[in-house]
Order: sequence, then C-alpha cells, then structure tokens
Amino acid sequence: MALTNINQLSEMHLDVLKEIGNIGSGNAASSLSELIMKPTDITVPAVKLLDFNEAINFLGGAEIIALGMLVQLVGDIKGKMIYVIQQAFASHMTETLFGMPIDDLLTMDEMATSFISEVGNIMTASYVNAIASLTNLTIDISVPEMTIDMVGAILSVPAVEFAMTGANKVLFIDDSFIIDGSEVRSNLIFVPETKSLENLFGTLGVTV
Amino acid sequence: MAQKIIGIADLNTGKGGDTLVTYALGSCVGISLWDKEKQQGGLVHIMLPSSRENSSPQDNFRKFADTGINELIQSLGLMGSPKAKLEAKIAGGAKMFSTNSTIFNIGERNVEAVRRYLQLMRIPIKGSDTGLDYGRTVVFHTDTGAFEVKATTKKTVIL
Repeated sequence: MALTNINQLSEMHLDVLKEIGNIGSGNAASSLSELIMKPTDITVPAVKLLDFNEAINFLGGAEIIALGMLVQLVGDIKGKMIYVIQQAFASHMTETLFGMPIDDLLTMDEMATSFISEVGNIMTASYVNAIASLTNLTIDISVPEMTIDMVGAILSVPAVEFAMTGANKVLFIDDSFIIDGSEVRSNLIFVPETKSLENLFGTLGVTV
Repeated sequence: MAQKIIGIADLNTGKGGDTLVTYALGSCVGISLWDKEKQQGGLVHIMLPSSRENSSPQDNFRKFADTGINELIQSLGLMGSPKAKLEAKIAGGAKMFSTNSTIFNIGERNVEAVRRYLQLMRIPIKGSDTGLDYGRTVVFHTDTGAFEVKATTKKTVIL
C-alpha cells in the first residue's frame, strides 16, 4: 500500500521514527554538551502524531512566544524540519553559558540570538545525521532560517505542509534534556515529503 | 455574551455581545462575515486555498478557503442572515520564514483565494490586514463588527 500521508502511520512506523529520534537526541545531547561545556543528558524522546490543535496545546497554547528554526532537507530525503525553542530552554542555555538568563525571546540581544540559533543548527543537524547514518541515504540541509513569534503561527508552517497531503496531524519529537541537573524541553517537527517517508521506511526494510 | 475560540480549520458563529477569537494565524487566514442589521456573524480559520487541490473525501473541508467560507455562509443563512447582507474582514496570510527556497508563498495564495471567493460570492471586504512576516490573533465582536488584529511586536489594529 502506498503511503499518502502521515495519518496512515502505524505503531511500528512510529517506533522506527522513535529510534531515529533516540539516535538524533543522543547526537544532539553530546553536541550540546560540547557547545555549553556542561554535562548534558537526554531522556528517551517521545515521538507523537498530534492533531493540529492538540499540537498547539501541547506546546503550551497558540500565543506562547517561541523561536522557530526551519531547515529544508534535500537529497534522498526531502522535506522540512522545524525546531521549536521556548523561553525556558533558551534561558537555561544562555544562563549556563554566559550566566545571563533570557526573560523574553522578543528582546534577546544579538549575541544571545546567534547563540540560540547555533543551538538550533546543532539540533536539526543531529537529527538529519541520525536519519542519514541509519539509512545510508544522502541528505543535505539548507541554511536555517529563524523566526520569533506566536507558537501557533510557527506551527502553521508544518501544519499547512501536512494539510496539503490530506493529513490533519503533525509529526512531533518531544525532547527532554538534562543539563547540569535541570530538565529543559524542546520540540522538533519533521515534515518529510510522503515519497521520502516511503523511501526511509523502504531502506530500513519496514513495510509501508 | 460568550467568547468562542476557533481552532485551525474550524469556524463558529455568534450574535450580540459574543466575541469570536482565533489565535496565531500564520500563513492561515481568518475571515469574519458580519450582518450589521442583525448584529451577528461568524469567523472561519482556513489553511489552504482550494478544496480542488489536495483534498480527499475524509478531509475537514473547513481547512480550505472556498469550502470553509461557503460553510460559514450556509450557517449564517440558517441564522437568518442571507449572503447579500454580509460583509467580510480578513487577516493573516503571512510568510513566517523568509525563505526563497520555498517554491510558493502559501500565505499569499491563501489571501488571493479568499479575496477571489468573496468576490465570487459578492461579499464586500471592509477591512484587511494580511501578508508580511508575523503571526496575528483575531478577536471579532459580533455586535459592533469590530475586528481586532493583535501581533506580538505590533500595535493592535482594529478593522
């Protein structure tokens, strides 16, 4: 059966994506640890398929301010990744590195912004590398783009992409990092083109 | 007097002092239809331009500009507000990431589709705040027809 959209993913498919999430989060934790020079650990990430409106609630409500980073995937797997960083996560990062927490993402200075976008680069690259190494497929990523706005508006970008395929859900990876003893969360939304998702499962020998 | 929250790809109606709210429109578009005489109206939050593209029978047809607006017109008709009495206000259709690599600008296409469909239905557009690169929350008051557009770093606009 050909896959038409992510509504059709089974538990088994989600398990595969979870494994990718595991490897990606592991990679991300070690890169993050190098960047901020603090021990960083990761709990098992949750991979979820959520309705658009559930996804927004899951992120804390539509009007919460978040930083979104978008990268385009090209090569054997095509699609987008959107990494969502909320204030608590960003603040914990800058406090760990510079001793300066962030009260408000909208008024972050240039240094904090560039540091947080570097964190975003590392995270998205970690997941892309996880997929590439697990499948032996070649994936390139575009220069990331960033926006700081209401989380609902950021989420509309992947939601629309999924909606175009007839899906009413988004594919989510929810990560909890433990940095220096405190837990912070971030979220990655993976929007593969449907053909690429088939390609991914096919390479891993998982029936679609 | 009630406040009704409208999610993505959804719609609702109200009258008198009701307020209809939809949060954080990004590339999506919020469209209000209002009957001034009866002081009642509705709000729909659409995601995509046309039900003729990319739709399957299982789809939620409120997510498309044409079918979403059409359903709202029908609902208001049942409340005693025929199409000829309605006027529209619209907001949203932003481009959240400034990428040139995205093949097409879905926000702009959504706004065009909404305008085209409203024109086809002969419903005048009395106000709009669309495009650019930021999210918008809409609060629509069904008694006065006031359509507030809020954004994180901009002053609230009342259409």
